Amino acid sequence: MTRILVCIKQALDVSQLKVDSTTRRIITADAPKKISDFDKNALEEAIHVKEKHGGEVFTVTVGPEDAKTTLREALAMGADKAYLISDPSFENSDTLATSYILAEAIKKTGPFDLILCGEASIDSFSAQVGPRLAERLSIPLITYARKLDFDGDVVTAERSLEDSSQTMRAKTPVLVTVTKEINEPRIPSLMAIMKASKKEIVIWRAADINIASEKTGESGSAVQILDVLAPKTERKRIVIKGETPTETAEKLAKALVQEGVIGR
Amino acid sequence: MSEYRGIWVYSENKELMLELLGKGSELAGKLNTQLTVPVLGHEAREHAKELAGYGAQKIVIVDSPQLREFQVEPYLSVLTQLTQQHKPELFLIGSTRRGKELAARLAARLNVGCIPDCQELDVDDQGRLLARRIVYGGNAIVTQVFRIKPQIVTIPRRRFEKAEYTETSKGEITAAENLQVEPSKTEIVEVKPIEVAETKIEEARMVVGGGRGLDKKEDFKILDELAQILGGQVGYTRPLAEDRKWFTEWVGLSGHTISPELYIACGISGVIQHVAGIRDSKIVVAINKDPEAPIMEMADYIVIGDLYEIVPALSAALRKLLAST
Repeated sequence: MTRILVCIKQALDVSQLKVDSTTRRIITADAPKKISDFDKNALEEAIHVKEKHGGEVFTVTVGPEDAKTTLREALAMGADKAYLISDPSFENSDTLATSYILAEAIKKTGPFDLILCGEASIDSFSAQVGPRLAERLSIPLITYARKLDFDGDVVTAERSLEDSSQTMRAKTPVLVTVTKEINEPRIPSLMAIMKASKKEIVIWRAADINIASEKTGESGSAVQILDVLAPKTERKRIVIKGETPTETAEKLAKALVQEGVIGR
Repeated sequence: MSEYRGIWVYSENKELMLELLGKGSELAGKLNTQLTVPVLGHEAREHAKELAGYGAQKIVIVDSPQLREFQVEPYLSVLTQLTQQHKPELFLIGSTRRGKELAARLAARLNVGCIPDCQELDVDDQGRLLARRIVYGGNAIVTQVFRIKPQIVTIPRRRFEKAEYTETSKGEITAAENLQVEPSKTEIVEVKPIEVAETKIEEARMVVGGGRGLDKKEDFKILDELAQILGGQVGYTRPLAEDRKWFTEWVGLSGHTISPELYIACGISGVIQHVAGIRDSKIVVAINKDPEAPIMEMADYIVIGDLYEIVPALSAALRKLLAST
């Protein structure tokens, strides 16, 4: 039976972040979290494959205990079973450490025919974990897919690069990272949400998957964050209003001349 | 850690390669070390000489028919071996989609870190490399340092100045031998070229941006007209390119990042990914029907109205003003 895995990240909801106005520090402590947008596309694509070919859709996340909510949402969308890989020692893991944890978890779950990830996460947008995971598992990788076709043994995917669009093919097992153009993720029905509450979430700690503690968390990370600050942008926010579009436009044109950006 | 010395730069994109050489030279000066370029390909000696003119002090040629065209695994396997042999402290890689994948996988093979899409890169007084990048969908700038070496960083297009060509600078050219070239794990079935605009939107002083408020592709002519009067260019948002397929490029965090003197956002709601791409604009004008659109937060001048009325009126007003000056 076809086994599909979708790796998801419980990301910060970047549209709802708050900034400390004196220090410009981003307050992430109680910021709302959600499934990273492109991971939803990955999940939707996995469900498409399942609907066409049968099989099972698994989902996995590395995160804190409350990432269960995120997994519940993935189960409501249509995943059959979820894994939460969670341990206090994983906190502050970078992509190097996170991909290691995921790879070790996959060793225990058993192999998959197809692994799907979002092209990047909405919060850190580093596009690293998917490619790193493919390396750790030594399987073919297709990045930035905006169309995918799976026939059981072969994956064909279309992707856009800066200068061309490519159609790529690889034999399973394959890891594919997808862009948001690939599909429109479904919104789960109330029924699906209720059904999801009965689906299984397996929780594994570091010890359950033989994680070497020096390879995770801050000590296992190659990159260290010094600070995260809001960019400095102060805009004037002057509303220009006239009786007619022409009058409005003339006022705006004058303002732009006064700014010195026009008429030089 | 001290066994790691030197800076390497690589991009499969020629223009970006020159920008990496520019930044690489600057950092090599600050770190008092040498700049090396690997040249992967087939019969690439002429190209190697040219790169020396652009400031590469050492050039390592890897010549193989299997490297004739860029494919990830063959290139990745060669770069991994070179990095293991030469132990650079820093490897700058061009942040194209190919390059980002390459860098992430190189970092994975070497078991090290990778900081992608760096907007700023500098050396602090302790000699540490400080990398700054945009995160949280454009809401924040993170400053990061590496704990281990080699340090792998990817650099987006048009972020740093290109290196200058000097006829007299000659690099030391060597050939790498006996490298294993891993075959590709994927097959490229079809390649369709995408038409890329010849003019560079990053260089435009005036940019008129159009978003989902435009109903038809043909309607862009009113934006074209305004851009022409301003002597500027037209830019688009991602949905117009990726969803409606009207264009192939867009302005935003995932596309082009611009910093013009004037940016006029027409019918653009201002999702954070777009805003991150225009944040460095000197003056931002927002023209939108929706007073609640997030773009209003980002604008110096706000016009709440129908772009189909305001934009042509603005063109007319500017034409009149410019004629009188």
